[in-house]
Amino acid sequence: MLDIPFWKRLLILGLVALGLLFAMPNLFYSRVEQHNDAITAAERNGFESQEEAVARAGWPDWLPSGLVNLGLDLRGGAHLLGEVHVQDVYKARMEALWPELRDALAAQREVLGAVRRVQAPEGQLAVEIGNPDQMARAVEIARGLAVPVTSLTGAGQSDLAISAGGNRLTVQLSDAEKAATDDRTVQQSLEIIRRRIDEVGTREPTIIRQGKDRILIQVPGIGSAEELKQLIGTTAKLTFNPVIGRGADADARPGPGNVLLPSMDEPGVFYVIEESPVVTGEDLTDARPSFDQNGAAAVDFRFGPSGAKRFGAYTSANIGQPFAIVLDDQVISAPVIRQAITTGSGQISGAMDVEESTRLAVLLRAGALPAEMTFLEERTIGPELGQDSIDAGRLSSIIATVAVVAYMIASYGLFGVFASVAVTANVILILSVMSMMGATLTLPGIAGIVLTVGTAVDANVIIYERIREELRAGKRIVKAIDDGFGEAMSAIIDANVTSFIAAMVMFFLGSGPVKGFAVTLTIGLVTSVFTAIYLTRLLIVFWLEWRKPKELIL
Amino acid sequence: MAFRLKLVPDGTRIDFFRWQWLTFGISAVAMVASVVLVLVMGLNFGIDFKGGTTIRTESPTAFEVSDYRQALSELDLGDVSITEVFDPSFGETKHVAMIRIGTTQETGSVTPEQLNQVEAALHTVDPQVVFAAVESVGPKVSGELIKSAFYAVGAATLGIMAYIWLRFEWQFALGAVIALIHDVLLTVGLFSLFQLRFDLTTIAALLTTLGFSVNDTVVVFDRLRESLIKFKTMPLIDVMNLTVNETLSRTIMTAVTTGIALTAMLIFGGDVIRDFVIAMLWGVVVGCYSTIYVAKNIVLWLGVKRDWSKPDPKEKAPGEDIPAAFRDAP
Repeated sequence: MLDIPFWKRLLILGLVALGLLFAMPNLFYSRVEQHNDAITAAERNGFESQEEAVARAGWPDWLPSGLVNLGLDLRGGAHLLGEVHVQDVYKARMEALWPELRDALAAQREVLGAVRRVQAPEGQLAVEIGNPDQMARAVEIARGLAVPVTSLTGAGQSDLAISAGGNRLTVQLSDAEKAATDDRTVQQSLEIIRRRIDEVGTREPTIIRQGKDRILIQVPGIGSAEELKQLIGTTAKLTFNPVIGRGADADARPGPGNVLLPSMDEPGVFYVIEESPVVTGEDLTDARPSFDQNGAAAVDFRFGPSGAKRFGAYTSANIGQPFAIVLDDQVISAPVIRQAITTGSGQISGAMDVEESTRLAVLLRAGALPAEMTFLEERTIGPELGQDSIDAGRLSSIIATVAVVAYMIASYGLFGVFASVAVTANVILILSVMSMMGATLTLPGIAGIVLTVGTAVDANVIIYERIREELRAGKRIVKAIDDGFGEAMSAIIDANVTSFIAAMVMFFLGSGPVKGFAVTLTIGLVTSVFTAIYLTRLLIVFWLEWRKPKELIL
Repeated sequence: MAFRLKLVPDGTRIDFFRWQWLTFGISAVAMVASVVLVLVMGLNFGIDFKGGTTIRTESPTAFEVSDYRQALSELDLGDVSITEVFDPSFGETKHVAMIRIGTTQETGSVTPEQLNQVEAALHTVDPQVVFAAVESVGPKVSGELIKSAFYAVGAATLGIMAYIWLRFEWQFALGAVIALIHDVLLTVGLFSLFQLRFDLTTIAALLTTLGFSVNDTVVVFDRLRESLIKFKTMPLIDVMNLTVNETLSRTIMTAVTTGIALTAMLIFGGDVIRDFVIAMLWGVVVGCYSTIYVAKNIVLWLGVKRDWSKPDPKEKAPGEDIPAAFRDAP
């Protein structure tokens, strides 16, 4: 085993050198970070500003620029775990279906009799028809509106579950469609949250799906979870609905298919509006902050072609009637249509300041969340606390390494020096692998590195103790070292596999800091086996070849 | 002769089974005591597991916990606990408190308005106070986290047991697992005794302890298997003593290096991570003990297969290396 071919020596030393190279950017953390930020900013904007050029020049382009990602607990920022109310979408789908179903059933009025929408639980659409004996016909018409589910698991099934009893026809989404919709809702939410956060332009946010209907959001550098919530917690659902009536009664019964919504700026005023919108925020192509003719903050918006067409048709048919601009279940305003609006652009004005109008424009442009979100977990970590943790982590890692090195050298002399080189190389390799992977270092992760410093020498200890025994048994030096490495191997592998199992479990259980810890631990296990076995052996072989020792005191 | 620091002299012949009833008895009593402690005193669950809100405040001026409590008592926050945090690194100009607000309503966390009220109330007694960190966890999530923590410790234990079973014999797997349960119980017991904060990171520490403890056990088992093959007729108890003596130096050595590293972290790592480090440090001590005094005893009592002579895999029948599909190819 001590006969290491030249290419292998080169490979081992090369790997360590690479590790050094890739770990190096972390020594110049802020400089490299500015360099990287400048490049991203330049890519996004398409040009490079003066300051960006300076920041980019702060770190040579040809050097690796990957950095260990600092976790929220080290950098400060906000963490949110949100749950998407996927059921909201069922209701919206039924609302959207109603005009279609109404028209289809009304076309057969002479057969079916009068068609009337009745109260139904949320997510269901219930209709009563005049001639119950013609129910089969009504069901057939409703079925004609269904389309096949578009998902891998539910393919071939209808998206609507239609049931009939007496004179009542009930329509709701089928289970397969619900599953497919849920998935789409969460994906859309994820996408929209990402867009909203990107618009604000913070660095490296983490936005990932967790489980069936949850989204984990981590944004470093943001002031508080509250700020983040305001940005992503608003659904920003914009609709334009026909107005039925206006009043001051908060308990008025709006009737089926209609809703009673409060006004945003006029306290005590309520509007009854038709629940099915004419156009929605999804039809918007652009929204930007502006000012109305009185100089108050407003938002200009523009519809896409189909939205503009529908809006144009509706306004030209309803001149003199009011229509409501509804944002998140509040009526922003209900202007009267004076003329047909066919240009597809308009303005929302109301009681808002410039900051609010800017945020509203961002929200409208990024799109509405398809469903509401509630937050199950909120964490804010201040940047000072993070910096304190970094400092404490750095100090304790250095002290731990020095102490372990001193102890190893006191115990094993020259071989202790070899082990110390291996341990140091191990820490560097952990950092470089994490930089290359863009893995996140958390405070427990730092503890993981410190722990690895302690356990990484374990493999060396197993080997050295074994060599000691072989020497005591009277073997010659080379033979003793060779056997020591060979015999220790199975213990080292077994020991590391069991630790690996524990680390894997942690990785899959863990969230945030715990996951970071598991990643660090796992990387540390792999690199420590490499440094303890290959690097140490190579160092010993170099020494044997150079000194050709006759005796070895270990 | 060069100086070598040796905590364990060469060629020890300690009889580790001499006091086996005493040592095992201590372990059994400690395990039972831990369970009783947890049942009687309970655990100081962090918000990860219990839900609620914690606020970490920092102020350059000294404060009295009672003043803070007074200031907050006027707000209707439900269950509030305030503790002052001490750390050698803080110096004169840093005074830290942890305020924990229990789950008040359905949402399980403090509303932003309440947070502002808390901040305003504290400002009246200490104008320079700032919130260094605010964390809230709702009851829905905390319930799930507890469940997944249980699963994780269970899954890790089973995974490790399965691996040892594969590599050794079932007696070894059982011995290792009972040692693991011993370690977990004693760690949880320590957290109950000193009412240290028990949260997700504690579970991480517990899992690491499992890995470390079993690591130790496996090294001894590996050696034991080797000795069993070498000394076929020696009584099992003697082989075990021999093995532990042979590996004692390594066990102590590794425990000491890990202990040194963790102690550095304990002292200089700051207060945020302290409980986590305590759990791991204690895990190292307990893990070391359980390897020598628990895992082995179980294996001894269960007995173990003594005939390890199996056909050497290197001596293959002629032609066996060639995949079957090619063997009879023309």
